Amino acid sequence: MKPANLIQRYSDSDRINHWIVAIAFVLAGLSGLAMFHPGFFALTGLFGGGPWTRTLHPYIGLVMFTAFVSMAKRFWTHNVMEPVDYQWLRLIRDVLVNREDRLPKIGKYNAGQKLLFWMLVAALPTLFVTGLIFWRAWFAQYFPIPVIRVAALLHALAASALIIGIMVHIYAAIWVKYTVGAMIRGTVTHKWARLHHPLWYQQVTGQSVTGQTPPPGQE
Amino acid sequence: MSSLQSLDIKRRSATTLPSPQARETLEVAKLIDVSKCIGCKACQVACSEWNDIREEVGHNVGVYDNPADLTPKAWTVMRYSEVEEKKGEEMNFEWLIRKDGCMHCAEPGCLKACPSPGAIVQYSNGIVDFIEENCIGCGYCVAGCPFNVPRISKQDSKAYKCTLCSDRVSVGLEPACVKTCPTGAITFGSKEDMIDHAAERVVDLKERGYANAGLYNPEGVGGTHVMYVLKHADKPEIYHGLPKDPKISATVGLWKGVLKPLVMLGMGLTALTGFFHYVKVGPNDAEAHPDEPGDGNEPKVIRSSGPAQMEGTASTKQEGQA
Repeated sequence: MKPANLIQRYSDSDRINHWIVAIAFVLAGLSGLAMFHPGFFALTGLFGGGPWTRTLHPYIGLVMFTAFVSMAKRFWTHNVMEPVDYQWLRLIRDVLVNREDRLPKIGKYNAGQKLLFWMLVAALPTLFVTGLIFWRAWFAQYFPIPVIRVAALLHALAASALIIGIMVHIYAAIWVKYTVGAMIRGTVTHKWARLHHPLWYQQVTGQSVTGQTPPPGQE
Repeated sequence: MSSLQSLDIKRRSATTLPSPQARETLEVAKLIDVSKCIGCKACQVACSEWNDIREEVGHNVGVYDNPADLTPKAWTVMRYSEVEEKKGEEMNFEWLIRKDGCMHCAEPGCLKACPSPGAIVQYSNGIVDFIEENCIGCGYCVAGCPFNVPRISKQDSKAYKCTLCSDRVSVGLEPACVKTCPTGAITFGSKEDMIDHAAERVVDLKERGYANAGLYNPEGVGGTHVMYVLKHADKPEIYHGLPKDPKISATVGLWKGVLKPLVMLGMGLTALTGFFHYVKVGPNDAEAHPDEPGDGNEPKVIRSSGPAQMEGTASTKQEGQA
C-alpha cells in the first residue's frame, strides 16, 4: 500500500492509550475471572498463584481505569449518539450480513461502537469505586459488610458486562478487516473509510461519498 | 488449620464436583449454655493455648470484652452486654455474657463466597474449617459470613477463625474451650445429643421464670454446629447483636448463585455466536468490496460524458459544478 493512499485514523498517543487500556483489561479480566469462577481458577497460575493474583488484580485495575479516563476524554465527542445512529441500529440485520450499502451514512463511529463506548463509561467507574470498597489491603476495613457485599456484586456485574462487551468489540475488529491494523498502525485505506465511515471520510478528505451501489446508468 | 480429615469432606469452596467423602463421621455440635456462663474467659485462654496463638495484650475500652473484637489471633471472645429484661412480672437487670466465635453453619456463607478451591472445607461432622495454605486473602468469606466472624490477618493476609478444634475432634477429643470450661457451660457431643441436652436446660430455665428460654440453632443457615441456650431466645439481638434470623445475604446469593453461572453462559454464548457468525457471514472486507471505488486499481466506470474516472471523484466534481 502506498503511504499516500492511507488516512490517519488514530494518532500515536491514541493508539498507545488504547493498548494500555487493552493490556490492562486482559490482565485484570483474566485475574478477575480466576477469582470469580472455579472454572477459571487455573488462570491464577499466570499471575504467580492465588495470593499474587489477588494482590495484583486491583493495581492492574487502577492502571486500566486511569488509562481509560484519558481514552474516554479523547473519544468522547465522537461517540455522542445522533439520530442516524438509531436508524443504523434499526438496520442491525443488514449490518450483520455485511450489507453496508443499505445503511445510512455514519461518521467516525457506528452506533455499535458508540454503545460500547458508553457501556465502558458506565462500567469502568463502577469497577473502580466498587473495587476500592472491597480492596482488603487498603480500604475494605472502612466499609460495613453489607456495603462490601453490594460492592462485590456490582463489581462482578460491571465486569461481566465489560468482558462480554469487549468480546464483541474484539470479534467486530476481526470481522471488519483492517480494523485491527487501524488501531495498531493508526491508518486506514480510503476504501475502508468510505465503506465503513463515509461521513468521517468526507470530513477528513473533503471528498463526498456517493451511494455505494448506484443503479446502472444513473449518477 | 490444614485438613486432617481428608476422607470426610462434605463441601469444599470453589469446587463443583464431590470431594473425598467415603468416610462419614458423626455430626457434632458445641452447646454453649449462656445461663451457666460466669464470664471467666478460661475458654479464651484455652483456645489461645491449644492453638498456640497470642493476641497482643490490648487496652481496656470500658467493658470487659478483651480483646475488644475477634481477631486473626483471637478466635473466641467473651461478649458482655448489660440489659434490663423482664423476669416474670418485674424488670431484672442482667449481665448477659456470650462466647462469640464461628457458628459452624450447616450452610456456610463463607464457603459459598470463597473463590479459592479448598480454602474452606466443611467436614461431614459439620465443622467448617479454613485451610489457610489455600487462602488467597481476598476477604470474600468476610462478606459471606452472616455472623461477622472471619478475620483477615494484616501479617499474612490469610483468613482465620475458630476451627472447633478440628484437629482435636478428628482424634476423638473435645474442643479446648469445652475441656477447660469450669462451670460446664460449654458441652460437646453429637448434634442430636446437644439438642436433647438443650431441651432439658430450656425446661429448667422456664421453670425458673425465663419464659422465653430456648435453643439458638438458626434454620436460616441450615442450623449451626455451635448452638446457644439463651434465656431470652425470643431476642437473641440483646446478646451483643446475635442475629435473630441469620441467613446468607441475598446479595451474596445473587453474586455467587445467579451471576456466576449466568456469566459463564453469557461468555460462552458470545464466543460461539462470534465464531459461527464468521463461519456463516465471513469477513467484512472493504478492499474486496466489488461496488466500492478504491485507490486507483478498481475496475473503471465507463461514462458517456467523459473519460473513465473514479465514482467518488466524479460526484465531487458534479457537486462542485452545481
